Amino acid sequence: MFLDFFLLLKEEGLPVSIGEYLNLLEALNKRVTRFSVEEFYFLSKTILIKHEQFLDRYDLLFGNYFHGVELSEADKKEIPKDWLQKEIDRLFSEEEKAMIEKMGGLDKLMERLQQLLEEQKEKHQGGNKWIGTGGTSPFGNGGFNPEGINIGGDGGGRSAVKVWEKRQFQNYSSDVELNTRNIKLALKRLRILTREGIEDELDLHTTIEKTSRNGGYLEIEMHPAKKNRVKVLLFFDVGGSMDPYVELCEQLFSAAKSELKHLEFFYFHNCVYESIWKDNNMRYNDRIPTFDILHKFNQNYRVIFVGDATMSPYELTALGGSVEHYNDETGIAWLQRFVTKFPNTVWLNPSNEYYWDGTPTVKVIKEVFKDRMFPMTLDGLANAMKTLKGKKIIH
Amino acid sequence: MNEEFKGTENYIATEELQIAVNAAIALEKPLLIKGEPGTGKTLLAFEVAKALNKPIFTWHIKSTTQAQQGLYEYDAVARLRDSQFGDEKVNDISHYIMKGKMWQAFENEEQAVLLIDEIDKADIEFPNDLLLELDKMEFYCYELQKTIKAKTRPIVIITSNNEKELPDAFLRRCFFHYIRFPERPTMIDIVNVHFPHLEEELMEEALKVFYGIRDIHGIKKKPSTSELIDWIRLLKLGKNTKEDLQKIDYLTTQPPYFGSLLKNEQDYEHINKIKRAGQNTFRRF
Repeated sequence: MFLDFFLLLKEEGLPVSIGEYLNLLEALNKRVTRFSVEEFYFLSKTILIKHEQFLDRYDLLFGNYFHGVELSEADKKEIPKDWLQKEIDRLFSEEEKAMIEKMGGLDKLMERLQQLLEEQKEKHQGGNKWIGTGGTSPFGNGGFNPEGINIGGDGGGRSAVKVWEKRQFQNYSSDVELNTRNIKLALKRLRILTREGIEDELDLHTTIEKTSRNGGYLEIEMHPAKKNRVKVLLFFDVGGSMDPYVELCEQLFSAAKSELKHLEFFYFHNCVYESIWKDNNMRYNDRIPTFDILHKFNQNYRVIFVGDATMSPYELTALGGSVEHYNDETGIAWLQRFVTKFPNTVWLNPSNEYYWDGTPTVKVIKEVFKDRMFPMTLDGLANAMKTLKGKKIIH
Repeated sequence: MNEEFKGTENYIATEELQIAVNAAIALEKPLLIKGEPGTGKTLLAFEVAKALNKPIFTWHIKSTTQAQQGLYEYDAVARLRDSQFGDEKVNDISHYIMKGKMWQAFENEEQAVLLIDEIDKADIEFPNDLLLELDKMEFYCYELQKTIKAKTRPIVIITSNNEKELPDAFLRRCFFHYIRFPERPTMIDIVNVHFPHLEEELMEEALKVFYGIRDIHGIKKKPSTSELIDWIRLLKLGKNTKEDLQKIDYLTTQPPYFGSLLKNEQDYEHINKIKRAGQNTFRRF
């Protein structure tokens, strides 16, 4: 009997599988809960939903599907009718009360409210039917209908607030930290194992060799364990045309921070010039000369630029072409310095690869980077990491 | 169902949580617990063990933990060393197999509770390495050439702090419960369990301050249940009264033992800034 509900969840994009559905049936069969809607809600939630980001959507669908299924008596928290009556006596004039009666009384009004809420999908302003702000519909904020019901704020509470209707998980559905898993897996490809540091692993080969030279007496040799010690410099383009990609960049950044132990990051705007910065709040006060970066880090560092490479051509090719200050050297010259100094450099471009050829500056930068520009898709990221690792360019 | 978890005298479990735990026990599935820090995720496993009177095995995960360590470890170096001295032990490899927490829980005669704590701390592939073990509750020991199978399937409780995403295949095998931050009535129950004789007025004021801080927009590390409990303990020790708490204005008078509630120095500045700006973000001023 719950198959339709299950299919509804599936249809609405919740990641539920047949195994979980069978689990739910098994749990019901085993009488894990008693037969009340609320307990069924708790049970189905714990079995079917595996991530807090989906909880809110689940609450909505549950409410929608099981609408009208009565709560057991004990669950009801009805507001006594006479309380409401008192409020009405206090708030409305005689004239207005007569109008309420005209529309079929309070119950009718509430029913209509529910109905409208379901019909209405979008935010609404003005007009005389939908719920919104202004207007003359009986529902909404700041309207004129004496029967008006205040949506949100204080009003509304008619009866039995069901648990799923509280939608307590609304906030969890838009976390930033989510979905970085794929990015982390892609970053894992950038793994360069070296032996450095404390000798904590048995060097089997040398041990055997030394032991045999020693006439069979054991001589243990240790060496440091192989660890990923790849060092990375990350340069982010911020502001302007990068704004649509902020979320994507945040994900990349949070994934990189947790996956790469030796990571340094810097910000620039559109193109790198003689100085960059580390803290976006201090971008005008606390700048680092780009030459310092070029001198400080050796060529073993892998360098990743993240930017859409979309700007006015002057910003790349002309003296004084920067949109923010007068630059003594062209943007290209600066980029060239990085490419020359660091043999393993890539440019990640979050914009759609389809438009690259139509944007002159993308073409120029791609040339400077010897074709090592990759889209910020999972494939692109994986290829970029492979390219960073070796000498070959993989597309 | 023969046994049911209903919380203990020291642990208030919401109905939601009870159902999740009981469903996981009945269907013999691992239960994945997430939630804000300090909402009692780890404690849950201990309380389940206590309530159902079962032994508990805890496996605390670190960034270097590998799945194999939960099963067993083979100490080849010790064996090699022993062989030098002609020790009889050498001939039996089982002397050098060190059982991990999962093996111990599997081996236990009666059903045990197995806590895998903070699974998100480990490497991103870690949960995938435990799929079969958690599904079938068995694994193969190569050195001994035998399959270790759970005598009774343990109740597995896994906690996560959301530092890493868990793989789908792993999630599909678990039941999931998100411990929400307790609402006021539940919180009063929780405080009552810890401080049965707390004056009602002090509790009222303390909760006001506590929820007031939690409601401030933009706080980095919101104080949690365990911080509230610590704070009330300090208030009791310091013999603070409700009048002390009513004086708080966050400008000249900070809450006593403020440090036990707020753990991030930026949050202090944040509160101060809001206060000076005169925004009435607090519930009570």
